[in-house]
Amino acid sequence: MEDATTALVATDTAWLMVACAMVLLMTPALAFFYGGLVRRKNALNTMMMSFASLGAVGVVWAVVGYSLAFAPGNNFIGGLDYAFLRGVGLEAEGTIPHLLFFAFQGTFAIITAALISGAIAERMRFEAYLAFITLWVVAVYAPVCHWVWGGGWLHQMGALDFAGGTVVHVNAGIAAVVAALVVGPRRDHGRQAMLPHHVPFVLLGTGLLWFGWFGFNAGSALAADATAALAFVNTLVAPAAALVAWMILDRVFTGRVTAVGAATGIVIGLVAVTPAAGFVSPMSAIVLGALATGPSYWAIMRRSRSRLDDSLEVAAAHGLGGLTGALLTGVFATAAWGGVDGAIAGDWRQLGVQTLAVIAALVYSGGATFVLLRAIGAVLPLRVEDGQERVGLDVPFHGEQAYVDGDGALLTIPRPIEGRRLELRGPQPVSTATVQVSDI
Amino acid sequence: MKLITAIIRPDKLNDVLEGLFEIDVHGLTITRCLGHGGELESVETYRGMTVKMELTEKVKIEIGVSDPFVEKTVDAIVQSGRTGAVGDGKVFVTPVSDVVRIRTGERNQDAVTPTSYPVSAAF
Repeated sequence: MEDATTALVATDTAWLMVACAMVLLMTPALAFFYGGLVRRKNALNTMMMSFASLGAVGVVWAVVGYSLAFAPGNNFIGGLDYAFLRGVGLEAEGTIPHLLFFAFQGTFAIITAALISGAIAERMRFEAYLAFITLWVVAVYAPVCHWVWGGGWLHQMGALDFAGGTVVHVNAGIAAVVAALVVGPRRDHGRQAMLPHHVPFVLLGTGLLWFGWFGFNAGSALAADATAALAFVNTLVAPAAALVAWMILDRVFTGRVTAVGAATGIVIGLVAVTPAAGFVSPMSAIVLGALATGPSYWAIMRRSRSRLDDSLEVAAAHGLGGLTGALLTGVFATAAWGGVDGAIAGDWRQLGVQTLAVIAALVYSGGATFVLLRAIGAVLPLRVEDGQERVGLDVPFHGEQAYVDGDGALLTIPRPIEGRRLELRGPQPVSTATVQVSDI
Repeated sequence: MKLITAIIRPDKLNDVLEGLFEIDVHGLTITRCLGHGGELESVETYRGMTVKMELTEKVKIEIGVSDPFVEKTVDAIVQSGRTGAVGDGKVFVTPVSDVVRIRTGERNQDAVTPTSYPVSAAF
């Protein structure tokens, strides 16, 4: 990222620090969104898949991910100049400190990886998942990010992606489809109803996601300027339109306006406006938000009856929502609002570039994700055992339950004696005192 | 008449219901409960506090059936509720001296026969 301006601007720096914290909050928000959608026996595992990304991806982004995405390199991938944050200091990158730009981009990598977890929820081994997202950020996210934002080939062709329709959402969406296929469907898929165990969590997560998304989109202006304000307003109106459209679709097709549907509609509006946020007028954003619900609604209705067990609809919400948004950006963008002229302003070329960018992301991310999962699968099993899947992943993988009242919980106080390992399973060893606790 | 009480795994409840509905047993009561059986305790840790969970979540099913239905019902529960691992549960069959259907005051055989069936069809 070479920029002409090299002086720090205090207002820009202040806004980007706030925006960075807001985007970081989106990952815990996603944990609540996903956590509410799964069965209670998998609530912690599903939420931990999002939370773990804060750690795993946060570290790998600093070690090598950021460098591969943004260090000077070739058209396809960045170099290693910024590995271990070498040369990433307090000097200006644009109008903000380079280090702050790194952190802001890091929060994007974290949530993109976490998004994929919705497709393999309730059945992927936690260790394999950690290995997967860590390597995925290096092998898939960083290159695609470099193409579009780091000076790569799509950047040079003029592909418009304001805050990550292609880089984040199409990328995570197709990876989700591949992951769901490679890991395989849940054993109960198509046999039993698997219902959301806590719909209020879903609504809570959605609200927090929307809040964080103001940082995601308006922060992507990388300045506290008029473009940021435009992106901010579009982040308000597009999801609003999507929510209205979704409620109408729900009312027409199922007879009722559902809460999970409303949450889904908001997320799709947010996803769709992401690539367009700083390039289109607010009225265009309203139309864009409403239009984007159509394909996703259709896909969700079809998917639940298919063999593809994309458990939490990552492909329909993020993949398809991001795709529609990216293409509509090529339709609605106007030079008057800071973009370049799109199809409505009379220039169809931009729509072609947008299509190419989406296809490139689909092909590369889909293929690379497949290879990566197969490679990990050759070393450690991707899937939990049948018994673990039946009792839920919380206790086998995390040793905790989401909802526990402590009935029957015996406190073990280990007093190891020489030559004997503390035995926690099976009969109580003599060396272990046991007291009854009524509450944890 | 017998009262069939089955303690099963919560995650097998849907399978067991399907199995029972297939043999036309529709009148039943479900209770979520905790139990201690032969299975290993699971060990859980909360911020350094290690606990053995001695009680496992179970579901209790109670069904009042007429004598010709006893074996069919027990078989259906055993087949649909089995995973093969320790902790699948138990089925208890106990004699019942009287059953009254509250709505009609019908007793015994009539009370455990679904209303849509003529009494003879239950045999």
